[in-house]
Amino acid sequence: MAGLRISICILAAALLAGCGGEQTRDVSGFDRDYQQTLMEQLLDAQPGTVIEIPAGEFIIERGLSLSGVDGVTIRGAGADVTILSFAEQRQGAEGLLVSGSDDFTIENLAIEDTIGDALKITDGTNIVIRGVRVEWTNGPSTENGAYAIYPVQSENILIENSIAIGASDAGIYVGQSDTIIVRNNIAEYNVAGIEIENSRNADVYANIARHNTGGILVFDMPHLPRPGFGTRVFNNEVHENNTANFGHAGTPVAGVPAGTGILINSGDGVEIYDNLLRDNRTGHVIISSFFSSGFENLELNSDYDPYPESIWVGPNVYEGGGGNPDGLELQAMRIAMFGPTGRFPPVIWDGYVDPDKMVDGALPAEQRLCVEGVDVLNADLPNDASNARVESETFRCTLPRLSPVELEL
Amino acid sequence: MRHRLLCGLLALGLAACSGDARQGPPPAPPTPALIEAGWPATLSDWGQLAVGEGWLVLGEGVTPYTLNTGLFTDDALKLRTVWLPDGSASAHYREREVFDFPDGTVITKTFYYPRAGQDLTRVSGDGFSMQHFDEGALNLMAVRLVETRILVHRNDQWDAVSYVWNEDQSEAELARTGAFVDLTLISTAMGEERLDYLVPNVNQCANCHNTNTSDTIGTRPIGPKARHLNGPLDGTDDTHSQIQRWVELGLLTGVPDDLPAAPIWRGETLSDPSAINAAARGYLDINCAHCHSRTGQADTSGLYLEPWEPEGANLGVCKPPIAAGRGTGNRHLGIVPGDAEASIFTYRMASTRADVMMPELGRATVDEAGVALVAAWIDAMAGSCG
Repeated sequence: MAGLRISICILAAALLAGCGGEQTRDVSGFDRDYQQTLMEQLLDAQPGTVIEIPAGEFIIERGLSLSGVDGVTIRGAGADVTILSFAEQRQGAEGLLVSGSDDFTIENLAIEDTIGDALKITDGTNIVIRGVRVEWTNGPSTENGAYAIYPVQSENILIENSIAIGASDAGIYVGQSDTIIVRNNIAEYNVAGIEIENSRNADVYANIARHNTGGILVFDMPHLPRPGFGTRVFNNEVHENNTANFGHAGTPVAGVPAGTGILINSGDGVEIYDNLLRDNRTGHVIISSFFSSGFENLELNSDYDPYPESIWVGPNVYEGGGGNPDGLELQAMRIAMFGPTGRFPPVIWDGYVDPDKMVDGALPAEQRLCVEGVDVLNADLPNDASNARVESETFRCTLPRLSPVELEL
Repeated sequence: MRHRLLCGLLALGLAACSGDARQGPPPAPPTPALIEAGWPATLSDWGQLAVGEGWLVLGEGVTPYTLNTGLFTDDALKLRTVWLPDGSASAHYREREVFDFPDGTVITKTFYYPRAGQDLTRVSGDGFSMQHFDEGALNLMAVRLVETRILVHRNDQWDAVSYVWNEDQSEAELARTGAFVDLTLISTAMGEERLDYLVPNVNQCANCHNTNTSDTIGTRPIGPKARHLNGPLDGTDDTHSQIQRWVELGLLTGVPDDLPAAPIWRGETLSDPSAINAAARGYLDINCAHCHSRTGQADTSGLYLEPWEPEGANLGVCKPPIAAGRGTGNRHLGIVPGDAEASIFTYRMASTRADVMMPELGRATVDEAGVALVAAWIDAMAGSCG
């Protein structure tokens, strides 16, 4: 099934790419001289340096980087008026790469149209990304760079009041990190709006995730140095995430069906509550294992847990959605189970469970999947959906609550 | 003096036709300077190298070295040197990591191409290691100098910067912000290509040279490790290991009897499977493992390519990508045994798109021989991905 879904996504992506989408912003009148100044400021940065970028529209032709200098701030005059355009980028896998630089803040500016990832931050402690807009101005396209805002292997991360538009993978992606707050952001027209991957202690709240392929994702991938645990997704508006998947086949998000609100893939220790989920055409909340992401038969590292566990889907507001799932097989399942005009229930589970953890036919209390108040579609994918069914009572349970993330910045 | 007289005569002939500067006897070696802080404006201030009379010569006590398998940089040839201050301690041997060099150490790497015509922008991609370097001098009538990178160990850390050679090849000037050098690269394999040769800026140096994100050392050399130096110096008849030479010169101490050795590979096509395996692992080591190691900057990918890593998912075998984006090329796994065409590895190596190509930095063209080697290695690999 996943294979089929992926092929459909490729087709959709190809069609989308073929149409060309909209045009990238015209940068012919942009300043070309400032880039040299900015590069020199980054080279000259010392601990405590504040690089103020004035209002203006600036062409940047080479990837910018900052390496190993703590306490640097890069500050624009506003995400609408200080624009770094990489539309004519000649070199560099990122727009701005910040590595090994603690106490780093970037705020109030826009990064547009990078070839690859826009803002990548690695190996940092105390990272603040505030009021930053990252955008591919041509709209969703497979030609766009993969990640817009991309801190990885970092600690104490705050991403707020920022905007990510058009990433061909994830708009806001936090990977292999610890102690994270993502709040008051807008992610739209990305494949994945907001994604937390192999990370610990993340709070994702008060964001708007709309018009992506999938709104908010919590993933755990194999073969990485650290597993994730502990993500709270609450008070978000997650609506109309129905954009056709335009990710690159082979990437973990390429198998995400269009119309996904919040998706947990293999992640453990996740709470989803007090969100408004509206008109996500496949499903508002999808809980799945690594086996449903197109890599069913791979050998996995022995310390990797491909099953989502310790999941609490608390009270959320669900409106519409589930009535037009992506992919022929899901569509057929919907019609067979709920009739031509029927809808999937708000929560969909792929049905994979770790047989080694089962005790008397159920997961231990602290590892269960708990869903409050609404029905759950058990898609029974381990048995090719032969016994797909709606369940509710089996998911009525509670878990010890996760603690709020406290950032020490 | 094997070839110098001949080269000199040929060059004189060339110069006579072209009206270029004439070639005389190589100048006297300069005296290296100890520069404890800052960056002098010109390369000659370092005293590591000097040019004159159509030659580039090494400073007193400056030792050239070569690596068993080199990093591909758009077919550029590289003249690598090391210098330790008079009276300083020797570098100390380490088995896997770069040697422990004393304060004051200066490592240089001069990137150059054989000329492909009188126009200095037309260069050849068909050169071979240490071509036109003989008896301590590089024949400037035959080559185009592009940049010289400096790594200097001072105040317990390594500083890096590049100097870009001027148009009359008489001096290299400090280029902290890097540069693009527009060249036309002419090679048997690819014909004529436009080459946007990138001189890295200071921060970009760290993107490759900060090989361990778990310590605070930051930038450091990549090449001067035991396995890469355990082979003869290219361009000479000396068959002894350079490790032995470094010991004899007093550059290195603490050397054990058993030494690791990276394979020597110069782009040739191999047919023996074990030779392909060794050469491919050596290639991935020097070209990729400065980032793709358990402590390197690409440890975020879970892909580790140092030579001692076992064959498995962390080497890319049957491994799904993590954050490759377009780099997947619609392929699902890093390496599909027996099928290079279906593997992300060779797709990214064969690309020149900034968001696809690997390595991310240091090339604008494709290493056709390297792609062929790694493809042959994957095609010969047994097993399947279930």
